[in-house]
Amino acid sequence: MRVLAAMSGGVDSAVAAARAVDAGHEVVGVHLALSRMPGTLRTGSRGCCTIEDSLDARRAAEKLGIPFYVWDFSERFADDVVGDFIDEYAAGRTPNPCMRCNERIKFAAVLEKALALGFDAVVTGHYAHIVTDEHGNRELHRAGDEAKDQSYVLGVLTSEQLAHAMFPLGTTPSKAEVRAEAAARGLSVAQKPDSHDICFIPDGDTRAWLGERIPPREGLIVDRDGAPVGEHDGATSFTVGQRRGLNLGRPAPDGRPRFVLEVRPKDNTVVVGPKEALAIRELAGARFTWAGLDPVASGIAAAGDAVGHVTEFACEVQVRAHADPVPATASVTGEGDALELVVRVDEPLMGVAPGQTAVIYVGTRVLGQCTIDRTVSAVPVSA
Amino acid sequence: MTVYLDHAATSPMPPSVRAAFADALAVVGNPSSIHSAGQGARAVLDDARARIAATLGVDAVELTLTGGGTEAVNTGVKGLYWRRQRDGARPVILMTAAEHHATLDAVDWLVAHATAELVTIPVDPAGRMRITALEESLVAHGDRVALVTMLAANNEVGTLQPVADAARLAAARGVPLHVDAIAAYGQVPLAPLPAGVSALSISAHKVGGPVGVGALVIRRGVDVEPLLHGGGQQRGRAGTMDAAGAVAFAIAAEEAHASLAERAAHKASLRDRLAAGIRSRVPEAVLSGALAEGALEEALPGTVHLRVPGAEGDSLLFLLDQAGFAVSTGSACQAGVPEPSHVLLAMGVSASDARGALRMTLGPETTADDIDALVAALPAAVERALAAGLAARTPRLGR
Repeated sequence: MRVLAAMSGGVDSAVAAARAVDAGHEVVGVHLALSRMPGTLRTGSRGCCTIEDSLDARRAAEKLGIPFYVWDFSERFADDVVGDFIDEYAAGRTPNPCMRCNERIKFAAVLEKALALGFDAVVTGHYAHIVTDEHGNRELHRAGDEAKDQSYVLGVLTSEQLAHAMFPLGTTPSKAEVRAEAAARGLSVAQKPDSHDICFIPDGDTRAWLGERIPPREGLIVDRDGAPVGEHDGATSFTVGQRRGLNLGRPAPDGRPRFVLEVRPKDNTVVVGPKEALAIRELAGARFTWAGLDPVASGIAAAGDAVGHVTEFACEVQVRAHADPVPATASVTGEGDALELVVRVDEPLMGVAPGQTAVIYVGTRVLGQCTIDRTVSAVPVSA
Repeated sequence: MTVYLDHAATSPMPPSVRAAFADALAVVGNPSSIHSAGQGARAVLDDARARIAATLGVDAVELTLTGGGTEAVNTGVKGLYWRRQRDGARPVILMTAAEHHATLDAVDWLVAHATAELVTIPVDPAGRMRITALEESLVAHGDRVALVTMLAANNEVGTLQPVADAARLAAARGVPLHVDAIAAYGQVPLAPLPAGVSALSISAHKVGGPVGVGALVIRRGVDVEPLLHGGGQQRGRAGTMDAAGAVAFAIAAEEAHASLAERAAHKASLRDRLAAGIRSRVPEAVLSGALAEGALEEALPGTVHLRVPGAEGDSLLFLLDQAGFAVSTGSACQAGVPEPSHVLLAMGVSASDARGALRMTLGPETTADDIDALVAALPAAVERALAAGLAARTPRLGR
């Protein structure tokens, strides 16, 4: 096949490209320029988006003997990922920009451009495993290295996107093995530090970065009954579950610490309460997709009575990239076109905020995902 | 086998130049040393300098060798500015927005760090400096003008510039004129230089010489403040002089000029063949510059520049590279991120149309077969690039 290897300049994408070459594919390396104003040198934990990273990617491509190009997706990235990130925070939600990038850039704009230019697939260094069943249907599964598993951030991919995606690192038992392979292949990035944090926030200070882009307005901090307990200088810089930085003058009547339960940007209010009030028993989202065949076609659930409904099925749900999956029951319900994926967790779950993505697993398989619109608290208001 | 059509980026070094370069590298001695070895190196260097100077009809003493074209331009622009602005009375620099980045960025620096004031002279839709606008600005800013700087030929779209007219206007007001002739040198005759040209930049590797060697003509009676301070080896430049580089430059320059008319006629006929092929086979493409106007005598003989509205230059480049043609989008890019060309924007092309730019620059070894092969490959590449442009603009997946 003719494949495009997206090369960030990191060790994973370099080894993924190398393996695609070994597998006999015709490989072209492409570095995606995502920043309008790239820094010159890599700093800290960010492993992409600087000129140094693009040079690292180029060196790796030279070593592999494959053609290499830089494609500019900075405008689309600014709109679809950075702009979305700001809009979501401004709406009081907590987005995951890496998922948005996979959904809208790497496996959308880049993939479609690649297909138009005559490529068959996009290869990345993600740790996730694509399995093709006997009917040719593609399934997305967790990686061999559970510690590095990135199936969560790929949960947004649909069957059409999966059909043109290749993850050559998916079954590798450990990242250490990938580094050793890079060293053996003579790739200069073999010992390059792992990247984490958000690539477009250079110093990692998300709150300060957002503060410069969402004009803060002073407002009230209230308890769950709506009674004012303090003031804040900008609701959108708070995230659900946050405890520090509330600066509440008066202690709670029971003297226990209070946490952010909800951010309401419309009336510029932050709702706080006891830790146990963070626990939810249900989450739901109208923006949901299936990663391959839907649960009915997969034989996991039955079609419901109304169009698009899916009966309850047992699954696991994961709400953050590094959260543990928890047992749950999922279904698709709703009136008319207003369908939503509803997930009820078996045990109360902490750390869930609107805007986060809930990825549904059945065993190691990613079944689908939704962006969380609403949650149902496990604890009544009076608690 | 790659068909190389990016001579404006750098032109292959002919075997004759390579051989002379290698021989000159064997010469022992620093041209500034007093001993006989130094004197030997000096003789080699002086001879080369005189031969380069002769291609421009200037005296050897008027030619300062530099470490490339960018240094020559920076010395010409900043060096003239610093001299003229010593008493603080002449801060104004006149230039178009379609200059090469070496000039644009040097002037930007002077504006940011040395109180310079930029007055932009408009260009016409072919990229030509509007000479009436230059005259108006020279009148309007009078004694406050430090210098005028302009291209001899636009490096992207290939349009020749009204240097003689500008030189006359500038000289009439006692204003020095710097000319960036890097794209024009060896392509069209430049000698004799108009009297009003105070300084002129050229580069070796665009004519088959080595990279990292250039020259700034500094006419008699003109002073420039040096960029580099050190041994004061040349007028306006310090630093050990590169005898071997000068020899290679001299050979390449002489070869280009010995057959300049023949080479220009050869390239112009292939350029016209390519333009005709594009017009008939690629109706989506829009030719740029004087060539598009049919003003062939005002176009570089070896440059064909086009835009494909709706396509991205990097897609065109990728597809043609894969098909075996080395071409360019024409604009500079750091880390390979293509910016819409400032030249096209200055010419009034929209930012989105400017993204689909492609520049083919021919050389002495280019053949009719090369051109015919390119014309045959272009329609499919353009069609694909248009599809990719549409896909990237309006992605369907992930929505």
